[in-house]
Amino acid sequence: MPADAPGAGEPFLRIEGVSKVFGTFQAVKNVSLTVQKGEIFSLLGGSGCGKTTLLRMLAGFEEPTAGRIFLDGRDMAGVPPWSRPVHMMFQSYALFPHMTVEKNVAYGLKHEDMSAKDRADRVREMLELVQLTPFATRKPHQISGGQRQRVALARALARQPKLLLLDEPLAALDKKLREHTQFELMSIQQRTGVTFIVVTHDQEEAMTLSDRIAVMDKGEVRQIGSPTEIYEFPNSRFVAGFIGSINTFEARVAARDAGQLRLTLPALGAEVTARDVPHVTPGQSVTLAIRPEKIRISRDTPEGPNALRGSVKDLAYFGKDSLYRITLPSGALVQAHAVNARRGDEGARVADWDDAVWLSFDPAAAIVLAE
Amino acid sequence: MTDSPRTKYMDRRGWSDIIIGAPYVWLVIFFLLPFLIVVAMSVATKTATAPPFSFGGEHPLINLQAYQRIFTDDLYLRAFLTSLANAAVAMILCLLLGYPMALALTRVSRGWRNILLMLVILPFWTSFLLRVYAWMGLMGRNSWFNGMLTDAWNFLVPVDWAVRSIPMMNTNFAVILVMVYTYLPFMILPLYASLERLDPTLDEAAMDLGSRPSQVFRDVTLPQSVPGIVAGGMLVFIPAAGELVIPTLVGNAADPMIGRVISDEFATARDWPMASAVAVALLVLMVIPTMIYTHFQGRAEGSK
Amino acid sequence: MKRSPVFLITVLCFGFAFLYIPILSMIVYSFNASRLATVWGGFSTKWYVSLLSNKQVMDALILSLKIALVSATFATILGTMAGIALARFRKFKGRVMFSGLVTAPLIMPEVITGISSLIFFILMAEWIGWPGQRGFTTITLAHITFSMVFVTTIVQARMVQADRAIEEAAMDLGSRPWQVLFDVTLPVISPAILSGWLLAFTISLDDVVITTFTTGPGATTLPLLIWSKVKLGVTPDINALATLMVVTVGLGVILAGIILNRAEARRLADERMAYRSND
Repeated sequence: MPADAPGAGEPFLRIEGVSKVFGTFQAVKNVSLTVQKGEIFSLLGGSGCGKTTLLRMLAGFEEPTAGRIFLDGRDMAGVPPWSRPVHMMFQSYALFPHMTVEKNVAYGLKHEDMSAKDRADRVREMLELVQLTPFATRKPHQISGGQRQRVALARALARQPKLLLLDEPLAALDKKLREHTQFELMSIQQRTGVTFIVVTHDQEEAMTLSDRIAVMDKGEVRQIGSPTEIYEFPNSRFVAGFIGSINTFEARVAARDAGQLRLTLPALGAEVTARDVPHVTPGQSVTLAIRPEKIRISRDTPEGPNALRGSVKDLAYFGKDSLYRITLPSGALVQAHAVNARRGDEGARVADWDDAVWLSFDPAAAIVLAE
Repeated sequence: MTDSPRTKYMDRRGWSDIIIGAPYVWLVIFFLLPFLIVVAMSVATKTATAPPFSFGGEHPLINLQAYQRIFTDDLYLRAFLTSLANAAVAMILCLLLGYPMALALTRVSRGWRNILLMLVILPFWTSFLLRVYAWMGLMGRNSWFNGMLTDAWNFLVPVDWAVRSIPMMNTNFAVILVMVYTYLPFMILPLYASLERLDPTLDEAAMDLGSRPSQVFRDVTLPQSVPGIVAGGMLVFIPAAGELVIPTLVGNAADPMIGRVISDEFATARDWPMASAVAVALLVLMVIPTMIYTHFQGRAEGSK
Repeated sequence: MKRSPVFLITVLCFGFAFLYIPILSMIVYSFNASRLATVWGGFSTKWYVSLLSNKQVMDALILSLKIALVSATFATILGTMAGIALARFRKFKGRVMFSGLVTAPLIMPEVITGISSLIFFILMAEWIGWPGQRGFTTITLAHITFSMVFVTTIVQARMVQADRAIEEAAMDLGSRPWQVLFDVTLPVISPAILSGWLLAFTISLDDVVITTFTTGPGATTLPLLIWSKVKLGVTPDINALATLMVVTVGLGVILAGIILNRAEARRLADERMAYRSND
């Protein structure tokens, strides 16, 4: 299929084998992904993982060293930032300090072929969208951080971009404002229907905001999926460890039967069963990973296949739940979350310091990672 | 979007080409080229023609006579030494006076600080020539200032040492005094900038750990202000060493500084090659303090 | 807890006395009736009166202002370009030499700059017949060259601080590099450009050494006029002229300082207001 003829099923944004090298540093390595129209898609990773470089390549500030980017069927190679139907909300917001809120929002429209009245209408509409009408004639230093963020959003949306890039949109806001703004962003996205690409280092932000997430590390995409897929079915130790906390054990596949895998844990001398995954064969070394909240703690011997003995080394009370750190006979430490369902004083908790306890988990909760 | 090749060029390369190119070309023509001519001139031969030099002909193409004279004629070596000594003494005096002033500026209240800083900067905006001139009024034999100093001197020393006035004008002392006066703001401002940045809790931490104020100054304040000291020192030393106005107005003509030698060789003796050679030698000497300065600047920036 | 800063305050007072007594003395003696500049002979304003009717002084002042106006403007344009180039274009051919060329005039002794400019102009006249006569043009060219690098230093420092993303945002919203320059970059750094212009103006208005070398017959700037008189000694009419100049500049700087302080206070008040309206 020719690249510039969008056919049925052609994704809205297609990134094809894109790499970026700065001098000797490879910032982005052979990234391929697609984004559908109207999606909120997040690029998630730590600092230096290449997410911002990828975003800047979409905006046109950097040219890929290799690979191609297609937006709505059009090859973006060589298209300068000022001709791209892509707008960006900068991490620092980058508001023009010498212009009023209104002028900031109107700035992009001056390149648009439209009448003065249409232009004024669009600015008004945008200011209403982000509820900043009363602040139209203020300068950026005369409004609060949250308001500045909304000006940046309105300014980027005013030209009705095909793609809106958001670089750490919530990082500069305080925690209380962040939650509120998150939902506001989602509702604005739904109303305008613009495709959002969000760069963030904050996993919670990515989980709540996004339809799909690409987890990046050292310039590579490690996994792409919905928040649930990424959390419940990580494909690697990196992704499993990056999103939330997780317990990992070295294991060996003993056998496969009845749609389940039997694993031996040499360090613990124990045997457990887990949900079957393709591409593993008996005898192979794998990693077994279990999220802390999927581990049950009990004083009595539990029913079912996966039970381990241990003793409570540490516990931290968070109110709605408690975190236990449990030493296994091998010396390994396991983290487990227990919901504090009962109300009461210390006596109400499942276990106390140095108590001998049983740990158990469902075979479906165990993640087998073949790495 | 259809862009003409010209717009495309302006968007991509043209705009940086012009922004870099215009000042670049200007500096090459009006600064680098004249300077290279001076360097070339320093190896030319003086003639009685107009312009008074020649390359080749009956003379050697590269004539190093001017440089030879710098090292053999007492006049030039003495002038270099006088310049360096005057500049160094002026720099040290500026530091001794400017450091406590800068430190005091960081200790006064905010409102006072802005006013006093403005008073430090104010002379900098007023005419350099007039500031030198102001001292000529004070140092003259009949001035109230000289009279006051003379009275104090006569009161303090034995009767047979008494003088009618203190000879201040046309001495190296006058040169140094006026240099300290005119360059003091150059010392205070970078010192203030580096002292003001210091975290006051460091002082408190040092005191909390048992240091007395003088030790706090020696162990905490002074080491951290070294970049300011170096910057201020160079801002005083470099222009002072090449100074022309001050030695001409208040200096001793018999013991000239190098700037005056260059000017006299050029204008009075009409010996362009000699003036150029001395100028090149002065620049070579200037490279050393400049390198010290950039080294410290680079280190200060690197540690930020 | 702070060390009693008696010593520091004493030095501070001494330092300010040192800085201001010569100027104050000069101002006082400008009202001296005596022709002997250093002996007090009663109060008089006659030197001011004779100064204002002195055509030579007025002509020199007008020439100086013309040169300063033209050279500061060109120096600001060229210096701003160089400052933007050094701050924005990290890598270009000849950058090392370019930054060297921008720093060298700062440390070059004025005598050498003056002599090299003069030799350059003489040889140019010899070789290509330009400049035919030294005067306004040659002084202005030399002033542009050595004051533009001061503008560059100020603009470059401001550009390095400025948020690069602001320019990228303008580009992202559809502006080509030239539009970004005029819509965003220049307005944002305009205070730095203004101080650069003021500095270049003052440097030009004040310069003696380079002007001595690059001037020609008939082109006497105010500093040159003062220079030629001062070399002969202290006179009361120069005291009066100096007083007028120092007072004018002093008032200008103080006024500018007050305006800047006000603007800063207003900005702080605005920010507090913004914080309160936080929602």
